[in-house]
Amino acid sequence: MPAARISIWFFIGVLLTVYGVMILGYGIVEWVNVAHFGGQYPQGVQLPQLHAPLWWGAMLEALGLFYTIKFRPGRSR
Amino acid sequence: MFASLSGFFAAGFPGRLPAVLVFSAEPLARLRLLDLAVIALYFVMVLWIGFYLKRQANTSEEFFMAGREMTAWIAGLSFVSANLGSLELMGWAGSANEYGILAAHWYWVGAIPAMLFLGMVMMPFYYVCKTHSVPGYLKLRYGEGARIVSAVSFAFMTVLMSGVNMFAMAEVMKVVLGWDLNFSIIVSSLAVAIYVALGGLRSAIFNEVLQFILIWGGALLVPILGLIETGGWTGFKARLAHNIQSGLTPAGDYTHMWRSLGHFADNPMGIHWTGIVFGLGFAISCGYWTTDFLVVQRVLAANSLRSARLAPVIGSFFKMAVPFIVILPGLLGLVVLQNPDGSLLHLVGENLAKPGSGLHSYNEVLPLMMVRYLGPGLLGLGITALIAGFMSGMAGNVSAFSAVWTYDIYQPLMVKNAKDEHYVTVGRWATILGVLISIGTAYLVMHAAGIMDYVQALFSFFISPLLGVVLMGMFWKRATKAGGFWGLLIGTLTSVGLWAWVYFEPSALRYVALSPDAKTMAENMYRALWSVIVSILVTFVVSLFGKARPVAELNGLVYGATILPKEEPVPFYKNEWFWTIVAIVFFIALNIYFW
Repeated sequence: MPAARISIWFFIGVLLTVYGVMILGYGIVEWVNVAHFGGQYPQGVQLPQLHAPLWWGAMLEALGLFYTIKFRPGRSR
Repeated sequence: MFASLSGFFAAGFPGRLPAVLVFSAEPLARLRLLDLAVIALYFVMVLWIGFYLKRQANTSEEFFMAGREMTAWIAGLSFVSANLGSLELMGWAGSANEYGILAAHWYWVGAIPAMLFLGMVMMPFYYVCKTHSVPGYLKLRYGEGARIVSAVSFAFMTVLMSGVNMFAMAEVMKVVLGWDLNFSIIVSSLAVAIYVALGGLRSAIFNEVLQFILIWGGALLVPILGLIETGGWTGFKARLAHNIQSGLTPAGDYTHMWRSLGHFADNPMGIHWTGIVFGLGFAISCGYWTTDFLVVQRVLAANSLRSARLAPVIGSFFKMAVPFIVILPGLLGLVVLQNPDGSLLHLVGENLAKPGSGLHSYNEVLPLMMVRYLGPGLLGLGITALIAGFMSGMAGNVSAFSAVWTYDIYQPLMVKNAKDEHYVTVGRWATILGVLISIGTAYLVMHAAGIMDYVQALFSFFISPLLGVVLMGMFWKRATKAGGFWGLLIGTLTSVGLWAWVYFEPSALRYVALSPDAKTMAENMYRALWSVIVSILVTFVVSLFGKARPVAELNGLVYGATILPKEEPVPFYKNEWFWTIVAIVFFIALNIYFW
């Protein structure tokens, strides 16, 4: 097996990291907006006070970074 | 700044969409820019994987069998993911909303015993004989006739089913998001065609693992938030009981799996426990999980016999967990989904949920739950989960079609001794051909929706008889070539005959499914059971009148005549038998808990 091959877990890590940035980023914006600038939660979405984008985005980000770093190309496993 | 940024992310997007995205009806949800970015990124990633892996798909062994280099984890996740299509996700969530937790039988008794049986008992024979496909095993065991019958029926039905799934997925996208049917069909199938044609089975498997993770990442939040809203499983049951008592929800046992299966008339599916155990748990489940090349192909790509045996065992744990993201949202929908006026939303069958009726079908329950709980970004992730489910199922279909077409139809019947590169090229074109036929089937179904039922019935005709013949071939040295051929043929004709009998004379259901109270689900299960029994009996009787092959020729093919390679001893936590026992314990515990 050639050494340069990229693991599937690296691809997954990259995608989850980017998703984490996007969703966590939105979650922070929404939270700050509602808490400090009198903004509104998205219409029709239930349980918005739980701030799901914030903790779900953080979880995606953590998982994504873990896989990206652990399976980055060139790292011996 | 935050206010304007938030507004930008959350801005309704339909007004900015290109002309190809025609919104045909008022959709359930409107995707925001952030949601569309999430979906677009997913497409970029699957295509990147396809282009990257093109360099590793140069020989036929690499293109069709992924070089037989997959670890047990990757093969196991891919094995489950190829089965987790969009119909699987949305259809069973809908069934849970309609019939209750009975729908989970298709994930537990209808999958786990068969998956473990494949890994522990059947896999050594598939793996040791180095076959490229299930029809290939039939050729080695029974000769060319059985192989061709099986390969042609499999190839034909696989692409037809792929088309039916494609149409169903596009239909849901139209209802939920207002996306044009042509847009959904063309974009998603084009992406599948590109990454499978470029990277072969390795690309399909890699993407299936990615898709599996995304399905969980996108769908898991729904039951978590649903349980928080209802006060956990106990709170859900209390609310459901209250709704049933006050007549808001039709009476029935929605939360127990076995209690109502004592008689056909006691449950909404019209099923008896014998049908679930022997029809679903044996005939249908073993037929699918152990002989359908769509799933078996993933395990054949494993890098060792131990990995090949461990892969279905690993898959079984994830399969047991899937009801959490499919069945549970369907059940929670019974108590949390509401009409705009705040009253309880009642879902209906597809025949009643016509456009303009204002009604939603059971199959829409999962998207409805996503819309209820997921805001910008997360909704995009949820929709990506549905698209990923569809694409993993379709990639499974076309990669299996490509291998069977090339190895079991094209090579033996058309061009026998070409160079290896020639067969790789044929495989790439077969992938594209498979996608094109699937698209054609999707449009056929679009213009004559009734065809969908016939295609699904047709698929069921071939799977169970094949199980009978493979089992006889694998576990009885005396089974002959003629026995296998006639067993397959008469088993299939039995299935077709029973279906036609009930179709033209509905009262025949009492004989086929053993009760006048039986319903369609029960008919499917008993029909499968009868066809397995007939194929086993015919293979047995015909073989008795023929001359068996010498035992020396059966090495690698039949139990008792095969010398299995010795595997290095490993610690108990890496041993496949240990994990099989753990899976059995989990399986029994789940069934007892939800008894």
